[in-house]
Amino acid sequence: MKLWVCTTEEFPHKLSETVSGKLIFVMFTICTSMRQRALKPGQSPYRALLETLELTNTKLTLQLINDNNKVRLLLELYRLQGNMTRVKINELKPLKPRFEVPDVLINNPPTEPLSLLSQDENGVVLSLGADSQWLIVSAKPFRLDIMEGREVLLSLNSRGLLAFEHLRIPLLTALANGLKRTSNPFSLLFPFSFSPPQYFSPALSIGLHEDGMWEETFKSHTDNKPNGPSSISLDFSLPGVEHVYGIPEHADSLKLKTTDGGDPYRLFNLDVFQYELFNPMALYGAIPVMLSHSAQRTMGIFWLNAAETWVDISSNTGSSETPQTDVRWISESGIIDVFIMLGPTPTDVFSQYASLTGTQAFPPLSALAYHQCRWNYNDQEDVAAVDQGFDEHDIPYDFIWLDIEHTDGKRYFTWDPHKFPQPKDMLQGLMDKRRKMVTIVDPHIKVDSSYKIHNEIRSKGFYVKNKDGGDYEGWCWPGNSGYPDFTNPEMRAWWASMFAYDQYEGSMENMYTWNDMNEPSVFNGPEVTMHKDALHGNWENRDLHNLYGLYVQMATAEGLIERSGGVERPFVLTRAFFAGSQRYGAVWTGDNTAEWEHLKISIPMCLSLGLVGVSFCGADVGGFFKSPSTELLVRWYQTGAYQPFFRAHAHLDTPRREPWLFGPENTALIREAVRQRYALLPYWYQLFYHAHHSGQPVMRPLWVEYPQDTATFSMDDQFLLGRDLLVHPVTEEGGRGVTAYLPGKGEVWFDVHTFQKHNGAQNLYIPVTISSIPVFQRGGSIIPRKARVRRSSSCMEHDPYTLFVALSPKRFAQGELYIDDGHTFNFDKQKQFIHRRLSFANKALSSRNLAPGSQFITPSWIEKIVILGASKPSKATLKTPDGKENLLEFEFDASMSVLTLRKPGVNAGVDWTVVLQ
Amino acid sequence: MSCALLLLLMSLALAMGTGAAVEIQRPRGVPLSKRQFYEENKPFTCLDGSSTIPFDRVNDDYCDCRDGSDEPGTAACPNGSFHCTNAGFRPAFIPSSRINDGICDCCDTTDEYNSGATCQNTCREMGRKERESLQIMAEITKEGFLLKQQLIHEAKRGQEDKQGKLTELQGSKKGLEEKVEALRTVKETAEDPEKEAKERHLKAWEEQKELLRMEKDKTRMAEAFLELDDDADGYVSVAELQSHLELDPDSDGSLSETETQVSQGQSEPPAPVETPQEESRDFVSDHDSDHYPEDYAGEEEEDVEDDEEDDHDEEEEEEKVTPEKREDDEVSMPPYDTETQSLIDGTYSHLQSLICDPECISICRNLEKEIGFDFGPSAEFAYLYSQCYELSTSEYIYRLCPFNRVSQKPKFGGSETNLGLWGQWAGPEGNLYSVMKYDHGQGCWQGPNRSTTVKLTCGKETVVTSTSEPSRCEYLMEFTTPAVCQEPASLDEVLHGHTEL
Repeated sequence: MKLWVCTTEEFPHKLSETVSGKLIFVMFTICTSMRQRALKPGQSPYRALLETLELTNTKLTLQLINDNNKVRLLLELYRLQGNMTRVKINELKPLKPRFEVPDVLINNPPTEPLSLLSQDENGVVLSLGADSQWLIVSAKPFRLDIMEGREVLLSLNSRGLLAFEHLRIPLLTALANGLKRTSNPFSLLFPFSFSPPQYFSPALSIGLHEDGMWEETFKSHTDNKPNGPSSISLDFSLPGVEHVYGIPEHADSLKLKTTDGGDPYRLFNLDVFQYELFNPMALYGAIPVMLSHSAQRTMGIFWLNAAETWVDISSNTGSSETPQTDVRWISESGIIDVFIMLGPTPTDVFSQYASLTGTQAFPPLSALAYHQCRWNYNDQEDVAAVDQGFDEHDIPYDFIWLDIEHTDGKRYFTWDPHKFPQPKDMLQGLMDKRRKMVTIVDPHIKVDSSYKIHNEIRSKGFYVKNKDGGDYEGWCWPGNSGYPDFTNPEMRAWWASMFAYDQYEGSMENMYTWNDMNEPSVFNGPEVTMHKDALHGNWENRDLHNLYGLYVQMATAEGLIERSGGVERPFVLTRAFFAGSQRYGAVWTGDNTAEWEHLKISIPMCLSLGLVGVSFCGADVGGFFKSPSTELLVRWYQTGAYQPFFRAHAHLDTPRREPWLFGPENTALIREAVRQRYALLPYWYQLFYHAHHSGQPVMRPLWVEYPQDTATFSMDDQFLLGRDLLVHPVTEEGGRGVTAYLPGKGEVWFDVHTFQKHNGAQNLYIPVTISSIPVFQRGGSIIPRKARVRRSSSCMEHDPYTLFVALSPKRFAQGELYIDDGHTFNFDKQKQFIHRRLSFANKALSSRNLAPGSQFITPSWIEKIVILGASKPSKATLKTPDGKENLLEFEFDASMSVLTLRKPGVNAGVDWTVVLQ
Repeated sequence: MSCALLLLLMSLALAMGTGAAVEIQRPRGVPLSKRQFYEENKPFTCLDGSSTIPFDRVNDDYCDCRDGSDEPGTAACPNGSFHCTNAGFRPAFIPSSRINDGICDCCDTTDEYNSGATCQNTCREMGRKERESLQIMAEITKEGFLLKQQLIHEAKRGQEDKQGKLTELQGSKKGLEEKVEALRTVKETAEDPEKEAKERHLKAWEEQKELLRMEKDKTRMAEAFLELDDDADGYVSVAELQSHLELDPDSDGSLSETETQVSQGQSEPPAPVETPQEESRDFVSDHDSDHYPEDYAGEEEEDVEDDEEDDHDEEEEEEKVTPEKREDDEVSMPPYDTETQSLIDGTYSHLQSLICDPECISICRNLEKEIGFDFGPSAEFAYLYSQCYELSTSEYIYRLCPFNRVSQKPKFGGSETNLGLWGQWAGPEGNLYSVMKYDHGQGCWQGPNRSTTVKLTCGKETVVTSTSEPSRCEYLMEFTTPAVCQEPASLDEVLHGHTEL
């Protein structure tokens, strides 16, 4: 049997040097990738037929023709509100419709009129609005250039890599076979000249025949391709750009690398066993969004395609010319639908992308606290004992998690009758402690006629079908399993209804959900996922593979909302994701390993996700596979405490690692890290409110806030939380010190633990001990904390705030305070929240309402105000709206210039001013 | 809201409520023992001496002292603690963070005075329950401790017996050696030079015969030794054997005679056995509980009941068969003119084989091994040696054989899994004998070798009460035994020793 039919003898050699997991991913999809990557830059065969140009209020349409095969494409250009351009290319007359991704855009993006500035036989020039921005459509060869003034911001098809495998009838196969001996049938499609990629032997370019176009074989799997080849490709050139980011999920550096001579970054949701680091291999999720950044401008490219996708990146860095990065996107099927987000600032790009796909779901406050997970907590007694352990060791936690073993034979929505006979008693026990639980609900459904969920899905015809129309079945945790077709809205509605309290027996309002294995994972499928020719209604899995996980989480989140009558915010964790998944909850970086390098990679992995909308990201604290050393575990807690999703998790086969199992000293270290997280929850919550409100990432690379500081562009061992906290966790084994880069010329940063002041724009060496978590507050910011750390975040709800005012060198500071009920949609539906501007200027600190239309009453008050970088006042006066003035006592630490105002006592929701004299 | 509570004294409420208890006035959350530091209307000095504040800042919901001592009754200090009197139950300290957190921590409800939580005073009920359970525990401890004394006594005797047996075995070996020496002299003397020629003829045959005999003797003598029990009878039978050999120097009949002697001299059951395991079986047969052949080889999947039955069957069979066997084994001897000589030769060889018998050596070693075990400070755990205890769960039968191994067998078929072999005592310092550790069990896929921690608690019965697998392939077993029962304190002391009020 030929192992791989579209490749040659040489390629497997290359593959055999790699590990098996990689081997799998490279091989299965190589046909499309190879055909497309075989294309080399050159003159595009595509020509714009200017006579077909039509300009309406909302769009411009224009036909393109491939001069080699005369197949026509239809180009649609849109100018979108918020400085974006949408470019859509489809076949003018496809044999049948090609897949266009639904449910990812939150609406049909509002357009703005394009105006024609000039037109001649070479092309047309369109105005993109006020900023002297133009869009130039060149006719022969076809290309697009977006200009600002005389500067090219971005060009499409400038390298001639636009390619569109049009749908054709299989009859062509016979024809092509007839032609095979005399000519390369591929030349029918891409008859322009191309030079073979360097890993092909010269003889091979001839071998690049029709094999793999209508059927691919990998190991024992055959992928039938009834629609034949259907891939698409387009290139983008970014003059002046040396740094591109995004396109998660990859276990790689924040700054994307060039892929010349290597594999492209691959986007194809897969359940990868023990993934490798610094590798463009596909992982669990895919977000086809890339950001480009230079000191002048930030832009984004959103390639809206849910099929398997590859991204090639090349760059001329190092040469004497103007730097330029060239990017090429290839997808196996679908259409070209690309959104060019023109920035110009990082914040603008975030807003632009948010306007397309929505923002981060605003999680319940408790979901930002600490999560204790393990595969598996064995039974109710185990859960109770772990819960008790946290109290005995005075370590806060909010959620305890149950993995697959809690179910009755991996039948989701059920409980093991021996280990969890009384789930409600267990949940009530947690509720009595104001804590919560997450249970796992995976999308593979055990094929078992005595299982209600299976029977209903089968009888309703909701399962994904195989190519022959029968229910698709694959092997997963429960054994033989069906896969519900989550792309079907009726299926999703039914699934959501299964979370109703009377359907999901034993569930209660403090129980939330975890969707794992939703790539989907199919143990006996090609690359451990679904066969590409499996059918979701009329569409193949090939067309929408990367969307499946998004739909699972969407349906689950909807279920949690519905069960509460639309009142409560859901919390759903997912492993697979796509563009738009941010709207439904949290993601984690999957099955990592208890190794230092995996701790380090958690930073760029979550930063990359944050840049493309997914703020609620975390890695398994401690590492999933293998057992961490105590030092690694402690360092991971310290790092995780400052990452958005903070959950410890461990593989079934690893020794227990609850925080108190490593001796009192390490227990104390972990306790301290978790307590720091809890104290900072008001700030985290506020950051998530902003992420939800405006799409700004919670965890940010430094360049987002210091876009002109080139020193920050490749940094991924430290990060910002919001604008105001800089975190440089210790991720080196035996680390004695870290060198943190404090950005901002003329700015200052305060060590949050010692209040020591440091100047910006310097590399600061910080000696560390095992208890150190280097964190700095930006001078000029105000951060609210709750100093009374209790056993769960809910217990801290009404506690008072301490404000940390870090003065800029100009003795100025600004911050915010956001408060709501912490768990319902009332903040949104009824404007029940408090959002206040805190500002320090002219020796006065004041709190003013930022949301006059809102209304919320909190018992919380201002307990303490700590002003860093202050001078000693003679007196401090608190003024409240009722006209009262109270003198505040204060302490002043001259050595650190820290002024502490004692007990202002004023309610956190009202206007007040403290004047220092 | 913020600073509402100043010096709310619980005494009033209590006094009004019960009309009985006399509460001494002190700020909320202060234990009686520290009352003197909180004197009303006098400046308060933090208990660490770090600063002094006006008394109205005690419990004013703002943390002034670094040690948290100014806020014993509020949650203001991160490192503070709150004292619940818990009248009717035990007083307790809770972290300040649990004050007014909406969760009832103190059974007297005093920690939730401003959270809206509705707590019930459960102290009396809890006190009653605790007293009941303490009472039960105390009774168990008392009886358990008595049992323990008995165990210690028995263990002491057992140890002495074994030591004695060992000494005697060693002594008898010495005695045998002396006898061999004596015999050799006799033999040499008796050996008439005239018969040297004949002897040469006979030598080949003699050697062959002796070889056969030695083998038979070895087996039988091993059997004899295996019958050794707690008491020293086993040894005596050996002695009798010797004397019999001397008294009745019929080499053909001597062995069956010997066997009879051995059987007479041994304890129940009166049967020869084949393996050292049976020695230990006899040892444990004094006790009531189920017993199990000690598995020296660490072999798996032995079925106790079957083994025993088989053994008995074999024994019976063997006894019936023996005479025939003997006849079969009987050597047809060529004519001899010097019976005496051959007798001497036979006895000599036989005694020599006794001295060098590997089974005998192994018995000595096993005795030494058992004597060498750490059975606790007073050997109170000695009775567990060679015993096995089982616990049946929904899926598995767990078996603990103390000082030997732990295993798990699926209830509905499947092979037994070794969960660990005896490792060592692993209790915390000062309580070493509260935990047993068994390790180097069967390996786990992608994981460690299985191991089991056995936690011992005081109980009248010796029984496995629970098993769990808190971590993959790391098992936890709870085991009650009188051997860990401590001398009970008087009940009054237990119940009232630490109660304030």
